[in-house]
Amino acid sequence: MGELRLMKGNEALAEAAIRAGCDGYFGYPITPQSEVIEYLMAEKPYDRTGMVVLQAESEVASINMLYGGGATGKKVMTSSSSPGISLMQEGLSYIAGAEIPCVVANVVRGGPGLGDIQPAQSDYFQSVKGGGHGDYRLIVLAPSSVQEMSDFVPLAFDLSFKYRNPAMIVTDGLIGQMMEKVELFDPVPRLTDEEIKEKYPWATNGKPKGKERRIITSLDLDPHRQEEHNWHLQAKYQRIEEDEVRYEMLQCDDADYIIVAYGSSARIAQKSIQLAKAEGIKVGLLRPITLWPFPKKPIHELVEKGIKGFLSVEMSAGQMVEDVKLEVGGQTKVEHFGRYGGVIHSPEEVLEALKKQIIGE
Amino acid sequence: MAELTVQDIIKPENLVYKKTKLMTDKALSYCPGCGHGTAHRIIMEVLEELDKEHETIGVAPVGCSVLAYEFMNVDMQQAAHGRAPALATAIKRLWPDKMVFTYQGDGDLAAIGTSETIHVCNRGEQIVIIFINNGIYGMTGGQMAPTTLPGMKTSTSPYGRDVHMMGNPLKMTELIAHLPGTFFVSRQAVHTPSAVRKAKRAVRKAFDNQINKKPGVSFIEIVSNCNSGWKMTPLDSNVWMEENMFPYYELGDIKVDGKIVDKD
Repeated sequence: MGELRLMKGNEALAEAAIRAGCDGYFGYPITPQSEVIEYLMAEKPYDRTGMVVLQAESEVASINMLYGGGATGKKVMTSSSSPGISLMQEGLSYIAGAEIPCVVANVVRGGPGLGDIQPAQSDYFQSVKGGGHGDYRLIVLAPSSVQEMSDFVPLAFDLSFKYRNPAMIVTDGLIGQMMEKVELFDPVPRLTDEEIKEKYPWATNGKPKGKERRIITSLDLDPHRQEEHNWHLQAKYQRIEEDEVRYEMLQCDDADYIIVAYGSSARIAQKSIQLAKAEGIKVGLLRPITLWPFPKKPIHELVEKGIKGFLSVEMSAGQMVEDVKLEVGGQTKVEHFGRYGGVIHSPEEVLEALKKQIIGE
Repeated sequence: MAELTVQDIIKPENLVYKKTKLMTDKALSYCPGCGHGTAHRIIMEVLEELDKEHETIGVAPVGCSVLAYEFMNVDMQQAAHGRAPALATAIKRLWPDKMVFTYQGDGDLAAIGTSETIHVCNRGEQIVIIFINNGIYGMTGGQMAPTTLPGMKTSTSPYGRDVHMMGNPLKMTELIAHLPGTFFVSRQAVHTPSAVRKAKRAVRKAFDNQINKKPGVSFIEIVSNCNSGWKMTPLDSNVWMEENMFPYYELGDIKVDGKIVDKD
């Protein structure tokens, strides 16, 4: 068993970065995620593992530091919250276009605009539909516990290097700020410079002797070559959709109704399905762990089993519900419920919504 | 005696100049008469002389030199507009023994990238910044730049830059020279053989500073022409540059070994 600690979600994320062999963290303070860089600065990872930690002048600079650092084959990471993540969208588009691995965590807060600093899930569209310009995708992981805030950091790095694609951890102020017991994984050593050169021949860390120089760019002025590059990206996204879908199902086997919820909402819905069970209502929970690639197949299978209705529960005005509707394809009822703008729904409210909107009581 | 032909002259013993192998054979995309090609060449010559071909990572900007990576035969990255110093910061922090440089134009470095420029200099990153100032946005077709001179006509200041309406030309180099994080700051040109020699010496000093881990940024501004954007012949543009740009953007070292040069 790994080391047990009581930690905030943001701290678990930071500790996991050090343990995952991250080479560099570049970030800018914003509530409710500033504990990430505070923890890293206090922890002196440059003494522990040689990891670089730098407070950038803006989120724009942070994401471009990831672009430069990631393009040398190093494991780089940043974190921010909604307004800061909006500022990073240009950089994410370049990074996706140039196929650079990196990890970005978004501890989502209420919006739009400066919004507030309370938890929300209203950045779903931005995360999974491409918040920046051009046709690209991020691999998006949604932890629903402090444990997963730790576990998903190495997973995000692995996926981002496997596919040379930016990976995003989308969480919210609730999971970022709450404390839970975490079992920390054993530290993985950082790769040496020689190992990086060996593993990632595409990386720009000094032209190898007797070989061509490497170029990292997202530019190609020839539209036909640019289209070909886009085809290559799309083929990669298709492989990710086939191989990397992750989700969890609770009480779905004999369910009449399904709640679809991720992150904090999934934690709340866990209680709602227990309350429903006590009242004799059979409700299951489908929790997408990867928001992109979205778990389409389990929804298709649930529809085939004759589920009578789906309630998409999100702390937003209804974003993921569009993807649920797309997969259900009009074959049964799909509704959205959620409090938003920083307000968190209660398990009882979710159950009431299920009764009213889906069961029709 | 047979007549001498060109082929008779092309012999190793007659060689007076050779293109550095750190420039690729690709034809430059710059307009004939533009200073970019010369600026590229002297940087690459310096890196070859320093034997840093395999130890260098360069960062290209957005602007006319967006394709610098096509011509510079070292590992290269292409940054988003204005962000090259952010990329270079991370590269240098993660690979402290490598040579890291950015190559940026005036729109990139002194307008959209002002924040990145100021902060990379303020943090004193051990990198080289090459800043090409031609007082105009060349690639997008000759719009007003932060460095456009008062009264100068561009496509977005068609009646001349009115400083009351459009602001004043920004002397970014003097600005960053006063930050403790800059170690060597110099303004050069590449329009005459002697200017090229001086500019190359400055570039060499900048990379020497990086090799010797001198604290702070080595920053070279190269005041250059944009004959297409300025709508002049190459020769006229060089004369115009000497008569108009140099009085405002005075050539020479501004800060050496971390100390502002006393011009009096």
